Amino acid sequence: MWKWLHSYADPEKAYNLSSKLLPWFSLLALLFISVGTIWGLMFAPTDYQQGDSYRIIFIHVPAASMSMAAYMGMATAAFIGLVWQIKAADWVAASIAPIGAVITFIALFTGATWGKPMWGTWWVWDARLTAELVLLFLYLGVISLYASFEDKVLAARAAGILAIVGVINIPIIKYSVDWWSSLHQPSTIKITEKSSMSSEMLYPLLINIVGFGLMIGAITIVRFKSEILARNGMRPWVRALAKQEGVS
Amino acid sequence: MQFDSIADFFNMGGYAFYVWLAYGVTFSSLSILIIVSAKRKKKVLTEISKKMVREERLKNNRSNKS
Amino acid sequence: MQRGISYTQSFFTLLQRDLRIAVRHRGDIFNPLLFFIMVVTLFPLGVGPEPQMLSRIAPGIIWVAALLASMLSLERLFKADFMDGSLEQMLLSPQPLPILVLAKVIAHWLLTGVPLILIAPLLAVLLNLEQNSYGALMATLALGTPVLSLLGAIGVALTVGLRKGGVLLSLLILPLYIPVLIFATSAIDAAGMNLNYGGQLAIIAAMLVGSLVLAPFAIGASLRVSTN
Repeated sequence: MWKWLHSYADPEKAYNLSSKLLPWFSLLALLFISVGTIWGLMFAPTDYQQGDSYRIIFIHVPAASMSMAAYMGMATAAFIGLVWQIKAADWVAASIAPIGAVITFIALFTGATWGKPMWGTWWVWDARLTAELVLLFLYLGVISLYASFEDKVLAARAAGILAIVGVINIPIIKYSVDWWSSLHQPSTIKITEKSSMSSEMLYPLLINIVGFGLMIGAITIVRFKSEILARNGMRPWVRALAKQEGVS
Repeated sequence: MQFDSIADFFNMGGYAFYVWLAYGVTFSSLSILIIVSAKRKKKVLTEISKKMVREERLKNNRSNKS
Repeated sequence: MQRGISYTQSFFTLLQRDLRIAVRHRGDIFNPLLFFIMVVTLFPLGVGPEPQMLSRIAPGIIWVAALLASMLSLERLFKADFMDGSLEQMLLSPQPLPILVLAKVIAHWLLTGVPLILIAPLLAVLLNLEQNSYGALMATLALGTPVLSLLGAIGVALTVGLRKGGVLLSLLILPLYIPVLIFATSAIDAAGMNLNYGGQLAIIAAMLVGSLVLAPFAIGASLRVSTN
């Protein structure tokens, strides 16, 4: 198993494997997201409290849950890259970071557009919102640290260390922000209304969560492929590919 | 279908602005991300082939001189 | 193998060296302190001089200013050593890097953190802080500023090889400072209302212990990356 996995540290094999996986991921992602979104927008019943504004949930919750999962994925890849010196893992981490930042931004933005009609304000300093904002900052830190090194091998290592430090800090930040907002909770706004969701609403939501995960996988593969090519510009197989496709 | 008519669907029970703003921004930022990511491969390959052409030229000039 | 000097010896040698260098360049000690004072002075000018309001926001102002001052002063932590090559000598020395790094961070804290703690009550008077909060202010600063130095040093170590690390540094380490800020200000607030603030202090102390143990390793690994 270990040996089999190791063979994929070879850039060419990793590239070919990703090319094979990409259509599956993108097709399934497209399928799940279109089914989930159309179901959620058109066929899910209207919420008796929030009306139709709740339909934002079908993108907000998937984005929010995937933003955290993507960070964990990035940190895991960075850890593997640092400990076992597998460069392909570093490239995976570098590929995930921008995607995670966009997903986190989406979670924040849709949260704001949902908050405006429901709570009457675009932004509240609620624990979850604040933690999400901090997560966005962590992503941006990793991205800009990676971008500011000329030597991308070093860049990946530095960004990896930062990602791992961030992972240790996420629970602490999450806990502190939770605790902080329980002190400062504005009394007029009630956020944690845990209503049991009807399955008619739950299914499209779950489908969209899976869809978002698959989509992140697909975009990661796309970015991973170009990252492999960019980092292996001197290898013969990349040069052959460049001769084939990259005629300017 | 949860809505009676297309107009009703676009109206979103009065929350049209917020719902469509959220969906619009989500899908447009995702498509920008996807397009940028997809174009990167082409860009990288073009850069590599440019570099190869440059190396080729350098090599040719050198052999001319000697 | 002959190690030359023991761990303790190497720790104190480096600590002494850094302190001596800093005493010779006094600006490095006073500039962050002046910055701290200036930021705190600007706030009443910005939000108005009402004592009620000032005493309400005083803990936050003092802590945010301390955070920024610590970050600014940290930027120089490894710079000089990196420029003249002594950092590389440290990396090559047989002593474990985390110990040397810890010595440097502690020296930095003694030079910038301690003066900041000493001047803080004076600024608290200017901001009309609650009478009961002074003890909490000093305690949180005493426990919290070393955490700031330790966490910040990770970011500094990552960016020391870069030419334009300054702006990047704030993006890297300010998110990591958030928990310290939250617990410190809430401890001071609690003290102002005559409540028990032992819990918050304990959490900051836990963060101090945790970062004291883990941060030197992260700093060492980061230094190895950026001096490569």
